[in-house]
Amino acid sequence: MINTLRQIFRSGKFVAGFSIFAAILLGSLIYPLIIRDAPLTIIGQGTFFPPGIYVSVYDSVGATTTYTLDIDEAAVNRIASRFSEEDRLAVKEWLVAAGLPEAEIDTADTEKLLAQWETNFDSTKRIPGMTNAKRNYYIRLNNSIDGLLSSEGVVIAAKNAETGTLEQIDTIEQSDYVNVTEVANVRVLPLGTDNFGRDMLTELVAATRVSLSIGFIAGTVATLIGLTLGLLAGYIGGWIDDIIMFVTNLFTVIPSFVLLILISFSIGQEQRGAFTVAVVIGFTSWVWTARAVRAQVVSLRNRDHVNLSKLSGHSIVYIILNDILPYIASYVVMALILQISSGILAEAGLSILGLGPKTTEVPTLGLMMNWARIYQADIQGRWWAYLPVLVTIASVAFSMNLMNTGLDQVFNPALRD
Amino acid sequence: MTELQIEPYKKRLHTSSGRPAAWAVGGGAELKGYRKYFTTKLVWFLTTFVFAFLLNFILPRLMPGDPVAVITQRVTQGMTSQSGAQAVYEQYAEQFGTNKPLWEQFARYMANVVRGDFGVSFSQYPRPVAQILGASIGWTIALQFPAIIVGWLIGNTLGALAAYLKGGFDKVVMPVSIFISNFPAFGMAVILLVVFGVNLRWFPTSGGYGFDLIPSASWGFVWSVIVHYQLPFWSVVLISIGGQAIGMRSMAIYELNADYVKYARFMGIKDWKIIGYVFRNAMLPQITGLALSIGTMVGGALVAEIIFSYPGLGYTILNGVIGQDYPLISAATLIITVMVLIANFAIEIIYGLIDPRIKAAQAD
Repeated sequence: MINTLRQIFRSGKFVAGFSIFAAILLGSLIYPLIIRDAPLTIIGQGTFFPPGIYVSVYDSVGATTTYTLDIDEAAVNRIASRFSEEDRLAVKEWLVAAGLPEAEIDTADTEKLLAQWETNFDSTKRIPGMTNAKRNYYIRLNNSIDGLLSSEGVVIAAKNAETGTLEQIDTIEQSDYVNVTEVANVRVLPLGTDNFGRDMLTELVAATRVSLSIGFIAGTVATLIGLTLGLLAGYIGGWIDDIIMFVTNLFTVIPSFVLLILISFSIGQEQRGAFTVAVVIGFTSWVWTARAVRAQVVSLRNRDHVNLSKLSGHSIVYIILNDILPYIASYVVMALILQISSGILAEAGLSILGLGPKTTEVPTLGLMMNWARIYQADIQGRWWAYLPVLVTIASVAFSMNLMNTGLDQVFNPALRD
Repeated sequence: MTELQIEPYKKRLHTSSGRPAAWAVGGGAELKGYRKYFTTKLVWFLTTFVFAFLLNFILPRLMPGDPVAVITQRVTQGMTSQSGAQAVYEQYAEQFGTNKPLWEQFARYMANVVRGDFGVSFSQYPRPVAQILGASIGWTIALQFPAIIVGWLIGNTLGALAAYLKGGFDKVVMPVSIFISNFPAFGMAVILLVVFGVNLRWFPTSGGYGFDLIPSASWGFVWSVIVHYQLPFWSVVLISIGGQAIGMRSMAIYELNADYVKYARFMGIKDWKIIGYVFRNAMLPQITGLALSIGTMVGGALVAEIIFSYPGLGYTILNGVIGQDYPLISAATLIITVMVLIANFAIEIIYGLIDPRIKAAQAD
């Protein structure tokens, strides 16, 4: 046993696959110990906040210490972020449409451009052929660049509860800074939020864990059924073999995905929990294991040691457990690994069809893909809502396949490079 | 056939059955052998068909829950009268025959299906299910059939080349193939959609043709269909390439070590000609492989259709799921099963025509 393990871990492919898988598994187990938020808590009021560090504006205004930093590029950066190249072109377009000669407008000269904008822009002015959305964009732009070049700070005021008048409580200079570590509320969203405003990373980790367990349950169910049928058909033979092989051949050609759709749909939305879905996947994907186990058992059935065991009067159960199973154990493990990986993919496929597990507490990788699809994250360019999920699914499947290939090469010398 | 092409077959025949080669048998026996092969396959096809049909009927009825109750609940929402809801329930039970014994339901179901009558859709009432499926089945066949064939051809060529050229080519093709073959079909679809549809804007992102067009035989429409076809097509092709390349590579490596290849090399036969022989021999198991994996491929491609909102069966199933459209789902799964079974049967027939061992084995 130890020697086999040592041999397995000498295979580069297996080790590579195992490392990726172990990293994903450990990550999904350790992360919830550190960050204890419920995975489906809605924190964002809105859809698809991009990844980043979110700093409370209120708390940074009220931070106890403010620091003054004189940084030369500060003004340039501020202008660049609030008055982008696209905005400049849009401003030029508006000015030209409003009747200014094109030659007089230089988008590179911020000061002059802003001056021209200030004097000419009129939100009530109607430019022929301009859509309402575009008009609103210009109004927003006007607010955003208003006072962009001024060097004064802004005043913070609070309403006096008694008189109802505004009283100045603070001013913020342009060179004022706060240290993020001193701001009371900072939320890091490494993968942003999803369409419901939930923290993507926390959700993804929980989904990976649930999907792995779905794959594991599905794989175990499928392998157990396949192993039992394969052993019975291969070892006992006769009419039992005929019947089992007939059923197996039948389910080889009838696409399992179709059965999966049919069963999942018939079960109904209410009964379809993660566990049920996993078991259903397991029940529709045992065919390959059964075929392969049977083939192996048939070749083992008439070996000398098995015959000897029979002559010694051992029972069928004893022979199967002691003389057959050890020889096909490596194969069964490989089949289990592939079944787990295809179980995860099957769940994802089902969820995209809207037949995934019904869930209010836990997400799955497939459901996350489905939510991203329904809210058109792909078309809107919200990559953080689907790409990490896809990468996770692909890495899990890829790592399991690598492990399988590695094991195959260890146990099947004909395949070694 | 030149001697060299026959050589590998002969070798296999002798090793597999120990019997004399097929071409020693007369023409009449050969024909008889084929007939026997086709008859066996046809009987098997019909048997699986019957069982698929039975499963499609029985599985939903085995499941817990009462579909009629669900439908009634949906229809009678907001209805206060209890007896009114009961009447609706009974009417639906009568319409679907769920109040009758199982064998009678089955007889009714079968009679209807034979007539091509799959009932009326719930979600797109009062369109008949047959009409909805008729509109979408063509899209699916036109998309998946060429895509799977093209993917199979490209994958096998790449696999054979990787086995033959080894070195750098193999080192690139293999890991990429392994990675791609593990990639879910919908994932490939999403990536193609984002890269070529959203970022590069080369192709439209959804639908089977422009939403502003009415199906007609005009050039504009045909062009629109072609442009919309590209992304779904290539996502299915790319997915099927990976697995085929891996399989072909190991088959071809096995063949390349065979004696006839060494012999041909000693004879100074050109490389590309040897690859031709190897390809022919390694291809046979790959054809069987295609027959066995076609069901899985179709399943993956159906999900890929959904990503592109392609108006095929996958999208129809999605709509059926959303609309809780029981007759539609049941009919769609039956149609897909039948399509896969037919494809399987066709591949078996082609295999029988190509593989000389079939002739030999059946002629005895």
